[in-house]
Amino acid sequence: MSQAVQERVVDHHHEVRDPHERRRRIKSVVVLGIALALLVWFALDAESDTVTYVLGDRVSREFPPQELAAGPVAWGCVVVLAIAVVLAALNLLRRQAVAVPVFIVSGLAFYLGFMVWEFRDQGGAFQAAISNPLPGTVAIATPLILGALAGVMCERAGVINIAIEGQFLAGAFFAAVFASLVFDAYIGLVAAIVGGVLLAVLLALFGINYQVNQVVVGVVLVAFAAGLTAFLNNQIPESGKWKEYLNQPPILEKIAIPGLSDIPIVGVALFTQTALVYLMYVIIVLVPFVLYQTRWGLRVRSVGEHPKAADTVGIRVNRIRWQAVLVGGGLAGLGGAYFTVGSSGSFDQDISNGQGFIALAAVIMGRWHPVGATLAAIFFGFMWNLQNQVGLVGKVPPEFLGAAPYLATIIAVAGFVGRVRPPAADGEPYVKG
Amino acid sequence: MPEVQQVEPPEGKEATLRTQPKWMDWLPTVRMTLLSILVALVFGAILIAISDDRVVGAASFGDAITGLGQAVGGSYWAMLTGAVGGWDAIADTLVKAAPLICAGLGVTLAFRAGLFNIGGQGQLVLGAIFAGYVGFAMDLPPGIHLVVAVIAAGIGGALWGAIPGLLKAKTGAHEVITTIMLNYVAASLLLYLLSNVNAFQREGQLNPRSHPVDTTATFPTIFSVHTGVLAAMVLTAVVWWVLERTTLGFEMKAAGANPDAARTAGMNVQRLYVYAMTLAGLLAGLAAAMTVLGQRLSLTTSVAGSLGFDAITVALLGRATPLGTLLAGLLFGALDAGGVQMQAGEGTPIQLTEVIKALIVLFVAAPAVVRSMLHFKARRDHGETTMAAKGWGG
Repeated sequence: MSQAVQERVVDHHHEVRDPHERRRRIKSVVVLGIALALLVWFALDAESDTVTYVLGDRVSREFPPQELAAGPVAWGCVVVLAIAVVLAALNLLRRQAVAVPVFIVSGLAFYLGFMVWEFRDQGGAFQAAISNPLPGTVAIATPLILGALAGVMCERAGVINIAIEGQFLAGAFFAAVFASLVFDAYIGLVAAIVGGVLLAVLLALFGINYQVNQVVVGVVLVAFAAGLTAFLNNQIPESGKWKEYLNQPPILEKIAIPGLSDIPIVGVALFTQTALVYLMYVIIVLVPFVLYQTRWGLRVRSVGEHPKAADTVGIRVNRIRWQAVLVGGGLAGLGGAYFTVGSSGSFDQDISNGQGFIALAAVIMGRWHPVGATLAAIFFGFMWNLQNQVGLVGKVPPEFLGAAPYLATIIAVAGFVGRVRPPAADGEPYVKG
Repeated sequence: MPEVQQVEPPEGKEATLRTQPKWMDWLPTVRMTLLSILVALVFGAILIAISDDRVVGAASFGDAITGLGQAVGGSYWAMLTGAVGGWDAIADTLVKAAPLICAGLGVTLAFRAGLFNIGGQGQLVLGAIFAGYVGFAMDLPPGIHLVVAVIAAGIGGALWGAIPGLLKAKTGAHEVITTIMLNYVAASLLLYLLSNVNAFQREGQLNPRSHPVDTTATFPTIFSVHTGVLAAMVLTAVVWWVLERTTLGFEMKAAGANPDAARTAGMNVQRLYVYAMTLAGLLAGLAAAMTVLGQRLSLTTSVAGSLGFDAITVALLGRATPLGTLLAGLLFGALDAGGVQMQAGEGTPIQLTEVIKALIVLFVAAPAVVRSMLHFKARRDHGETTMAAKGWGG
């Protein structure tokens, strides 16, 4: 009898003890299982077709279309997903170091299977080919990443920044105007930072000093920036020299980094980009470093979590918050430069088209952590790029893919993928008591 | 979670306060609002001055001064006549104000329950889809058709409002985020319907546009104002009644003021969140009915314009009270109507009104700013309401 008890205890030891972990395991199996079922359907549907693909972002002389048998690829993806489901079911995804790669590989397999299915009968005269998603993703994600990091910066210091959209618009407008005036796109980048910082000054002034509800200030500042930039833009006469001097900026040229840009597939996408994108790479590394490895970063996080404790040890709470908000404003302004000097040139009314709010979503999806926010922003960029890619094929309505990032955010905030917790003092002004 | 908080009079002032009639409590608020509007208009004038061709492009200093007068004076005069100069202008103001008031009431109601409803836009879009579909796809007798379409709009908005309410109640997901996201989902849905679903498509249109709404489903017009405008006034009274005279309203306000206390007092705060968001969505849906069935008469991708966002500023300016929302809606409607006239007559871009609106709300939200700008001291602030600051909450 004692042996039986012993066995039960041992058995119990192997069981999942934490109910959260158990739920997470069930969720992983369900999500991966649904993906697997879809993939099997894709594979059965596309078995005997061929698809064309290119390694570049479009068919060109440099990247001729190549053919591929759809069946083996699709079934290969099914195998990968099946392995992932088994791993999840056996509860081997407990450690993040295992779970994250497995989910990334599963995601890629699902993407590949989906694309093969989507493009399976697009050969012949029309020749819609699967193209490399990386160049488009990097381009679209650039402002999102900068905006999300701006949001992380502010909110870790305890100031809610809903005005990222407004900072985008200010940055885009300043970049266009000043780059046109001096006819130098790089001056545009500097001006964009100034534009974002100016709006951040308003956010800090009202949110920190006057202690107005920061969500309210953010919403109003977005309306203010949108109205102001559109007004000034419309005041620039279409005719004569005015337009040329004020809103026809040069565009940042793409610079190929020798060596790195020759890497197949990723080289062109990542290392034949504008200076703004390279700057973004640096910032992606710099923000987590500053926040987690420097004294100033520790102070920023402490005033965001427990301002009173920070004050007690002599940190000047509101000064640190001002600094963080201004740095964030600069980052978001720089992100705004993408819309004008970074891509299309002239400023146009509401040119950022609500992407500031998506950057905000990325902050929350990334759980207020710079790396998480960056990954979320890349995911959103990837989904939008996918929407552009499959828009022509039209098997899945592009509007569905367009809505996917928003739905993903709702799911994330509703806690289906783990608890999302903001910095403890986020949005609460500090009054020395 | 934002809330509108009455700043308590300092101790000892109680006795002096009681000698005033109750409505006098509002005087500082009214004065501060008027001053905010004034300061915002001054900023608008500065904007015109630094950007108008008549000033910037003037040959001499004297010309610039004359041009300044012409540009600023002309623009504001055009705005004034466009808003209240004659019955047509007033009718235009009322028609533009009605959906703003209605959607603003939705934001106000949610505010009072402690919820920041940024989802007015999405709720409007859903209401517009429902109202439009009933309006052009169903065949019903006159009168009944309109009623059914309006009810459908309300249901559409209420459904879209209920989602963030339920998510907040069940999972604690913050409504600011879920409502922003649902706005985009609604926009995608509308775009999908207009570009993929036959019932919503009209042939021979460059941009996606639905069939026109049947005349049996449109609001009848009296003196060039459609009757939806009247409905907005009635709804203001209804929302006031709900908030001030019903148990539900009392409980919602209690949950908004202090959810923990409300819970301790035995109220089901989670359920109140769902009710508040559903009612807010309902009001936004009705606002969409006014737009679709009274003003635009067909669905386009921009059918809701920026109404949902303007509704937030209307509610903020109205300090989250029904009467305040009504007045703020009328003011913004007047600015919109006047802005059209200003752009047409003087060439001053209509976006100036957006700047003025945003500045008004910003100043109203932070009375201390206006006070320091105009160098006057408030009599210890009593009765002056302000938006108290709070965090993301839970």
